[in-house]
Amino acid sequence: MNAVVRRRHFANLVSRTLILAATLLVLAFLVWICGVLLYEGFSAFKPTLFTEMTPPPGESGGLANAIVGSLMLVGVAMFVATPIGLLAGTYLNEYGKGTWLASVVRFVNDVLLAKPSILAGLFVYEIIVAPMGSFSGWAGSAALAIIAIPVVVRTTEDMMNLVPNSMREAAYALGASRSRVILSVSYRAARVGITTGVILAVARISGETAPLLFTSLNNQFWSTDMSHSIANLPVMIFQFAMNPYPDWQALAWAGALLITLTILALSIISRVFLRSANSQH
Amino acid sequence: MTLVNNRTKAHDETAGEFQRPPRFLNGEAFNKTFKWLSIGAALFVLMILGGFFVSLTIGAWPALKQFGFGFIWSSDWNPVTEKFGALPAIAGTLITSGIAILLAVPLAFAIAVYITQLAPKWLRHPLGIAIELLAAIPSIIYGMWGLFFFAPMFADYVQGPIINLFENVPVLSTIFEGPAIGIGMATAGIVLAVMILPFIASVMRDVIDTVPKRLKESGFAIGATDWEVTKAIIIPHCRTGLAGSIFLGLGRALGETMAVTFIIGNANRITASIFAPGNTIASTIANEFQEAYTEIHSSSLIALGLLLFIITFIVLAIARMMLNRIST
Repeated sequence: MNAVVRRRHFANLVSRTLILAATLLVLAFLVWICGVLLYEGFSAFKPTLFTEMTPPPGESGGLANAIVGSLMLVGVAMFVATPIGLLAGTYLNEYGKGTWLASVVRFVNDVLLAKPSILAGLFVYEIIVAPMGSFSGWAGSAALAIIAIPVVVRTTEDMMNLVPNSMREAAYALGASRSRVILSVSYRAARVGITTGVILAVARISGETAPLLFTSLNNQFWSTDMSHSIANLPVMIFQFAMNPYPDWQALAWAGALLITLTILALSIISRVFLRSANSQH
Repeated sequence: MTLVNNRTKAHDETAGEFQRPPRFLNGEAFNKTFKWLSIGAALFVLMILGGFFVSLTIGAWPALKQFGFGFIWSSDWNPVTEKFGALPAIAGTLITSGIAILLAVPLAFAIAVYITQLAPKWLRHPLGIAIELLAAIPSIIYGMWGLFFFAPMFADYVQGPIINLFENVPVLSTIFEGPAIGIGMATAGIVLAVMILPFIASVMRDVIDTVPKRLKESGFAIGATDWEVTKAIIIPHCRTGLAGSIFLGLGRALGETMAVTFIIGNANRITASIFAPGNTIASTIANEFQEAYTEIHSSSLIALGLLLFIITFIVLAIARMMLNRIST
C-alpha cells in the first residue's frame, strides 16, 4: 500500500471510530436518564399513588388529584384540538392544494409545531387568565390545545395525502359531492393515520409543564372544577421536585415515571397503528 | 377469509362495508358548510400565530413604553427598584443555546451518519427508535435528572478539574471561574444539548436519506471510503437540509423552559464565566411570573416573551425555508 492509500484508510478508520463513539455516548446518556427515572420512579411507586391526594410536607400521600386533573386538562384540550386540527388538515390536502393560502397555513403550522410551549402559556394568560381574573383549568386546556392543534394538522394532511386519488375519482364518478368524498372516502381510508396523529398529540401535551404554569397552575386538593386552578401532574412534579422534602421529591419521581410510561405507551400504540396504516397502501 | 385478505385493505374499508349515510350529507348546504368549516379551521391556525404576536405586544406595551429600546440593552433587572432590562436573559439564552448547538450538532450528525450509512441493517431501526424515545421524554424529566444527577457529577468530575487547570491561564481563568456547584449556564447548555440532539439527529437522518443511491454508489465505485463519500457527496448534497436541521434545533434550545429552569441557577446578571449561574428568557418568565405583583414587572416578563417569540419565529422560519427547499 502506498502512503496516500494508507492515509485515506487511516482517516476512514478515525472517522468511523469517532462516529461510533459519539453514538455510544448518546446511548449512554439515554440509558443513564432512563435508568435514573426507572430506579427513582419505581422506588417511590405504590398503589396508593392512585387513591390518595397530594400530601402536605412530611406526610405520605398519592397523586390521585393530579392524575385526574391531568386527564381532564388533556381530555378537554384534545376535544377542542381534534376537530380544528382535522378540519384544517382537510383544507390543506383536499380544498387548498396548490393555493397560496394553503402554503401559508402549512408554513405557519410548521413554525407553530416547533414554537416554545411557554409562549402558548403566556398567550392564553393574556387572553383568558388576565381578563377572567383567575387561573383556571379551562385556560390550561386552551394552552394545551394550542400546542396539540399543529400536531393534528400535520399528521392529518400527511395521512390524507397517502389516499390514492383514484379512490376519490371513483366516488366523484358515482356523483358524490365533494364533502361526501372527503367524509366517506378520504377520512375512512386515512382514519388509522389520523387517529395516530391524535395519539401523538396526546403524547406531546401530556408532559407539557411550562404552558400550565401560567394557566391552570396547581391545586393541592381534590378539584374537578375546571373554572378554578386545578391539580395536574407536570406542575406538581415541578413544585415537588424543587422542594427539599424527601417525600415530595419521591412523589415527583413517581409522577415523572407515570408520565413517561404513558407517553411511551402512546408512542408504541401510534407506531403499531402507523404500521397497519402504511400496509394498506 | 384468505380471499378477502388478498384484496387491498383500503379498498375493503371504503367500499366493502358500505352503509347509506344520512341524506343531508348529500345536500348542497352541507357541502358548502363543510368547505367553509375547513377554511375556517385553516384560518384559525393563522390566527393562533397572529394572536400570539398581538396579545404579547399588548401585554408588553407598558414595559416597552417605559423602557423603549433600552429594554433590550439594559442589564439592570431589579423588581424592587422596578428597573427591567433584558440583556442578562438574552445573554444567558444565547450562551446556553450556543453551548447546546456546539455540542449537539457534531454528535447528531455522527448518529445520523451512523444510522443511515454505517450501522448494520438490523440495528438501524432500533437505533432510530432509541433516538425518538430520547426526543419523547418530557423536558421536566431532563430537568430533574440534570439537577439531581448530572449537576453533582459535573461539578465533581468536570467543573472542579477545569477550574483548577485554568486557574493561572489569563483568558480561560475568567471563562471557567467560580465555585464548582454544578448548576449554571454550562450545565444548562449541556442538558439542552442532550435534549435537542435527538431532534436534530432525526431530521438529519431524513435529510441524508434523500441522497440518491446512485450518487453514493458512484463514489464507492471509484474507490472512495465511507468517510470520503460522507465528506464529498453526502455533506455537499445535503448542505441546506443539514443547516435547516441545525436551525430547528436552535429554535428548540432558545425556548426550552423547564429543564433550564431547574439547573441554570436563576441569577439576573451577566458574567464572563460560563460556570456561573444565570438566566434565560424562558427561565426568567417561568421563575418570576407568578411572583410578579406590579404591573410593570409582569409586563416586562411578557416583553421578554415577545422577544422570544420574535427570535424563535425568525430562527424557525429560516429552518423551514431550508428544509422545504429539499423536500420539493
